[in-house]
Amino acid sequence: MSEQSGQQQPTQQPTRQPTRRPGELTARELGRFVWRQLTSMRTALVLLLLLALAAVPGSVIPQESVDSFGARQWKDQHESLTPVYEALGLFDVYGSVWFAAVYVLLMVSLVGCILPRTKHYWTAARAVPPAAPRHLTRLPDHAAYDVGASPEQVLEVARAELRRRRYRLRPAPTEGAAVEREAGTVAAERGYLREAGNLLFHLSVIVVLVGFAMGGLLGYKGGVIVVQGAGFANNLTQYDDFVPGSFFSADELEPFSFDVDSFEVEWLEEGPGQGMARAFEAGLTYRTAPGEPDQTYDLRVNHPLRIGDSEVFLVGHGYAPIVTVRGGDGEVAYSGPTVFLPQDASFFSFGVVKALAAEPEAIGLEGFFYPFFASIDGDPFNVMGRDGNPVLSTNVYVGDLGLEDGESQSVYILDKEDATQLENDEGRPLRLDLAVGDTARLPDGLGSVTFEGVEPWVRVQVSQTPGKRIALGGVVLALIGLCGSLFIRPRRVWLRVVPAEDGEGSRVELAALDRSGGGDTAAVVDDLRLAIVEALDHPQEDTP
Amino acid sequence: MSQTAWEALSNQAVAAAGVVYFLALLSHLAEWALLRSVPVAGQRGQATAREAVTVGAGAPPAPEPEVDDRTAERVEMAGRLGFLLTCLAAVVHLVALVARGMAAEPHRVPWGNMYEFTLSGTFVVAALYLLLRRRFGLAWMAPIVVAVVLSLLMVAVIWLYQPVGPLREALNSYWLVIHVVSAIIATGAFTLGGIASALFLLKERAERKGRTGGYLGRVPSPAALDRVSYRMHAFGFPVWTFAVLITGPIWAHEAWASYWSWDPKEVWAFITWVVYAAYLHARATAGWKGRNAALLALLGMATLWFNFIGINYFSTSSMHSYADAPAVSPLHPGS
Repeated sequence: MSEQSGQQQPTQQPTRQPTRRPGELTARELGRFVWRQLTSMRTALVLLLLLALAAVPGSVIPQESVDSFGARQWKDQHESLTPVYEALGLFDVYGSVWFAAVYVLLMVSLVGCILPRTKHYWTAARAVPPAAPRHLTRLPDHAAYDVGASPEQVLEVARAELRRRRYRLRPAPTEGAAVEREAGTVAAERGYLREAGNLLFHLSVIVVLVGFAMGGLLGYKGGVIVVQGAGFANNLTQYDDFVPGSFFSADELEPFSFDVDSFEVEWLEEGPGQGMARAFEAGLTYRTAPGEPDQTYDLRVNHPLRIGDSEVFLVGHGYAPIVTVRGGDGEVAYSGPTVFLPQDASFFSFGVVKALAAEPEAIGLEGFFYPFFASIDGDPFNVMGRDGNPVLSTNVYVGDLGLEDGESQSVYILDKEDATQLENDEGRPLRLDLAVGDTARLPDGLGSVTFEGVEPWVRVQVSQTPGKRIALGGVVLALIGLCGSLFIRPRRVWLRVVPAEDGEGSRVELAALDRSGGGDTAAVVDDLRLAIVEALDHPQEDTP
Repeated sequence: MSQTAWEALSNQAVAAAGVVYFLALLSHLAEWALLRSVPVAGQRGQATAREAVTVGAGAPPAPEPEVDDRTAERVEMAGRLGFLLTCLAAVVHLVALVARGMAAEPHRVPWGNMYEFTLSGTFVVAALYLLLRRRFGLAWMAPIVVAVVLSLLMVAVIWLYQPVGPLREALNSYWLVIHVVSAIIATGAFTLGGIASALFLLKERAERKGRTGGYLGRVPSPAALDRVSYRMHAFGFPVWTFAVLITGPIWAHEAWASYWSWDPKEVWAFITWVVYAAYLHARATAGWKGRNAALLALLGMATLWFNFIGINYFSTSSMHSYADAPAVSPLHPGS
């Protein structure tokens, strides 16, 4: 985003053509006009602000890719707004066309800016500092003073001082009118790397975007809940949710597999933070490919397991009550650990059990799991996340659980629309409150429900993020460039020495110019003035 | 010392720091109130000219107030006292932070939740101000900085307070030190820069309207304010970049399996970054210099503090909501 392009170039006068009306542009001119507009600093600024503004809705409206459950809930609660929001892509802001439009335009603007600037810098970086202006004392920061030394001495000392400060000096011209014009002056410049830093920063932004895009396009991430004792093989069918990149192909999935042998949580029983889970750890046995030897790994938060290019993360945990549902005929219609999802920090969890094979009617349970049940004045209450007193409390539905119409269903949601809720003798909804080992009989000989026990589960995320090193490298380079462009001060310093009017010593004029705006040139002038006076007083120290 | 003793020490130190900051604020206010009777140097003639106009033609010009040596002395005293009290408060503030870290078992850095983050952030604001006061001539900033620090401390104590607890598992990483400390330092620098920008806008407006007296008459020129603001932002921006775009993603990758997941906190950190990038660009753009750039700096500060405190209450889905969030956020697997 160039400073030069901040000023709009006057649009070129169109060549006289009789058929053209005022304001008419050829395609070429129009293209150039648009390009100029797009690559101007002002447009870049507006685009930056637009980018900031465009990012806002995604933090307010639940995003499919970040919080799909929240998004679904939101949609259920706002039925009239949902189609509008969906049309606008507000549930996937960061993948939407209009968000992409903003950053693509910004990137085009950026490229359009750094290309000419790089070209310009290529010549400017090797240029010699410009000759001293005629009237140094007209510059905002200058000094003029008399010294006892001769002009030649002063010039020599000044050159040495400037060189010591790593200024580039303008070589004295050897022929032509310039010899006389520049006699008795020193022109120096430093801070050439500032623009290099600036360019590096802007180039790096593109590198970061490339790395980020690679991750999004070529990578994937998938989540799966694995109950303790069960296993997982890296295969599309095994994932609960899977977000592939656009160019992802299923053979990129590395053929590893693992079993969750154990899951340990340390619960804080007392003191501050009581009831918090900490130090949880899943003991895994994994194989990099079928037939490879077993290896073990203790999977913890902040300590992912790396297998080839894939990474396995522990991102959550919870409980899966083991429930057995029998039909009216006593046949087991469903049995096994059923994943319940935690609703709050105490691991008070919600879930459903679907015993579709039950006879005479399919049975569905929907309700809550209390890891540590307690009752205060008859109100159920969950003490903490440790499974100290597990209780399963569910309502019961029978009949059509919505599976007949063949639509796929979430295992966490019970379709109760056409089902019948069972009631107790008082005509209120029947609630089964079961402790471990309890069995409840359902009315009308519909069957029974047994709460057998609890298994912990872990939620694991598997992902491949190609380009992450590119993105990281890009940001690091950007930071280096940024520091260069912010902290290197481009300065020009000029000095003119003439013999003093009374013939004794010389008169020195010194001026400095900061080209970044924000530098303290008065301090530069002061420092240099003192240094020259000092060096003239003690010539032996600083003579090169 | 036991954990509870450390915690009590920390709480008492916060209270004490608050009181001392308040006393510092009082002396700075006294300093500026006393200064009202001393005309602004170099602008006296202008001020009296204006007075003469308001009094009306014909009325004798108001007699020039004698620069009272005793008043000048008192001003000086009040200013020094304010500075010393601020130093003292900052030291007590530091004690509160250290004690907070010692109160946790195992010991840890004192920025594990919002309360502690605010405690650290305000300390950095105060410390940066004290360190840079000389170099950038920030004496004029004293009452504002102290007032800001004091108000934020009160917000922390009243709304954000949490008893000392162990770290959440996701926070239990050395990246906590690197990531959060850089975010805190950047927040401190941006806050000071924002104060300078706000004063720039006020001063510029006062100058446009020809008001030259009072507090605004004594703050540095708009150009100097703009320069201070730029320096603060130029320091804060790379640090913020480091915090938000380097260490943040690295840690997020380790802890949450994805280096950038558009979590609300990340989104707002990104927005803040973009706004400050726009500020830095605006300073170099014709038509945006000065006023608009300063407005952008204030917008940046608004997003910064909104992100810091607001978003935690605004969005429930943020994985960063350590104010009152569960240990590992309850998961809602999409299925």
